Amino acid sequence: MGAVYAWEVRKLLAQKRTYLGLAAAIVVPIAFVVALATQNGAGPTDIPLGRALRDTGLAVPFVVLFFMSIWGLPLVTALVAGDIVAAESHNGTLKTILTRSRDRGQVFAGKAAAAATYTLTALFAMVAVGVTAGVIEFGWHPLVSLSGTTVAAPTGLGLLALSTAVYAWPLLAIAAFGVMLSTLTRNSAASVVGTLLFALLMQLLGALPGTETIRPYLLGEQFSAWHGLLRRPTDWAPIERAAWLCAIYAAVPLATGYLAFLRRDVTGD
Amino acid sequence: MTDAPVVARGLVKRYGDLVAVDSVDLTVEHGDVFGYLGPNGAGKTTSLRMLLGLIRPSEGRVQLFGRDPLVDGATALDGVAGFVEGPAFYPYLSARRNLELLADYDDGPRSRIDEVLELVELRDRAGDRVGGYSHGMKQRLGIAASLLRAPRLLLLDEPTTGLDPAGMRDMRELVRRLAAEGITILLSSHLLYEVEELCNRVAIVRRGRIVYEGLLSELKAGAATGYRLRVVDVETARRVAASIAGVGDVVASDGEVRFTAGDDAAAMLTIALGRAGVGFTALVPRTATLEELFLDLTEGERPPLVQEVA
Repeated sequence: MGAVYAWEVRKLLAQKRTYLGLAAAIVVPIAFVVALATQNGAGPTDIPLGRALRDTGLAVPFVVLFFMSIWGLPLVTALVAGDIVAAESHNGTLKTILTRSRDRGQVFAGKAAAAATYTLTALFAMVAVGVTAGVIEFGWHPLVSLSGTTVAAPTGLGLLALSTAVYAWPLLAIAAFGVMLSTLTRNSAASVVGTLLFALLMQLLGALPGTETIRPYLLGEQFSAWHGLLRRPTDWAPIERAAWLCAIYAAVPLATGYLAFLRRDVTGD
Repeated sequence: MTDAPVVARGLVKRYGDLVAVDSVDLTVEHGDVFGYLGPNGAGKTTSLRMLLGLIRPSEGRVQLFGRDPLVDGATALDGVAGFVEGPAFYPYLSARRNLELLADYDDGPRSRIDEVLELVELRDRAGDRVGGYSHGMKQRLGIAASLLRAPRLLLLDEPTTGLDPAGMRDMRELVRRLAAEGITILLSSHLLYEVEELCNRVAIVRRGRIVYEGLLSELKAGAATGYRLRVVDVETARRVAASIAGVGDVVASDGEVRFTAGDDAAAMLTIALGRAGVGFTALVPRTATLEELFLDLTEGERPPLVQEVA
């Protein structure tokens, strides 16, 4: 799988859409900070850490994570995950690589791993740029936790890293869904749009009245699991739930895509 | 089964009601240059895809050097290379990068890349993105990519299709050279003269079924010799011809009687015609050309000149 993965990454680095996604992930936090700096309003007060935005640069990436969970990061993820198998269909190259010395399982695994790598790169780049831009504008000050206690800046940075890691789980599940659609539809545009719709639907379901009982189990909800890390004492319950739920949300499409890829007839592609 | 380069038995591929490939048996022996010949849409590409494990047969099985691609996965393709329906590469990578990728997929050495690029005369353009390549260049790159695996068996799907005359000549020359180096080749084509020029064995396929498999020389020899007899009294000549044992397919038209016969029966006929007082001005044998055999086998409007091989 090593050779396949290495080449999938090189192929991503040779394609425009990769940079489009990464650029979006980097531009959003910068634009956000610039907008905050040029306006005098209080900023968003009804979201976690929204009030603290002007007190410390550390709050910026947390707020960006919140806004980007709705469709921003799902779109960035879908852009590559939805294309990664369908692009081979489009170029007719599946037959080229499947008649060499790599089994189909290895090819699929390499592709899924590359899509995950890109997703994590975009996410961590966004957070890193967010915290850098935030600190430049609003300074390196202690953070106020969601329980109201004060958290020293270095600890706050550690919590940001952990939160980003927890936030990555549902995003990786969306990437897995994208890889599956990419395999099943053989069409890049359909897979990108389908993946984004799936992510939006998961958010929408949680916003509808009457869904309170299933809400904690919806994928979109897991983008808030990191809130538990910012409570004192730490609330592990949502994080544990996110761990196993996201594992399921990722495993089902991955297994489906894998089996479809193993069994598919490579005809027009 | 043996460890012959290609053994396919009872291959069937159905798409719904459509039978694309119907009970195909193929055996390609070491050193063969095997022609898989048939009109467009006869199921040649589908057959090749099944040989390479790209699509699953609805029935039947395939072995390449004794290994089944569906059972043994990529290891069944050890020593096997080729392309179906035109080679395809990543358009945004250079030819060299594409070959590096494929060498890595094979765990093969990258050191042979220059050698194979040289062989297909693409070394000067190796740094260009494949997206800007002409059809002929891609076709040559496909050969280079195949040779990178140092194959013992090469499967080529219509390798000269879409090439200009010079390109076709170069491609055939290359195939001949590779065959001379001992590589077994299975080549599909809809061009009879191409197969006639390159191949020693042939399978002729029509609507998914193989209608002839064997040596080209046997195909030609197996056809009965046809004759044209030019006479003054066509009607009497026709009756005399029909009465001679060993003379068949007698047809009279336009001052001519056409029939098929062996040498002895044809000689007997001339004597009988003399006795019957029918003078003839010409008796011309015409060996069935391969072209006619091919059309007979693949279009099947006239009764085939040779027995169908199931």
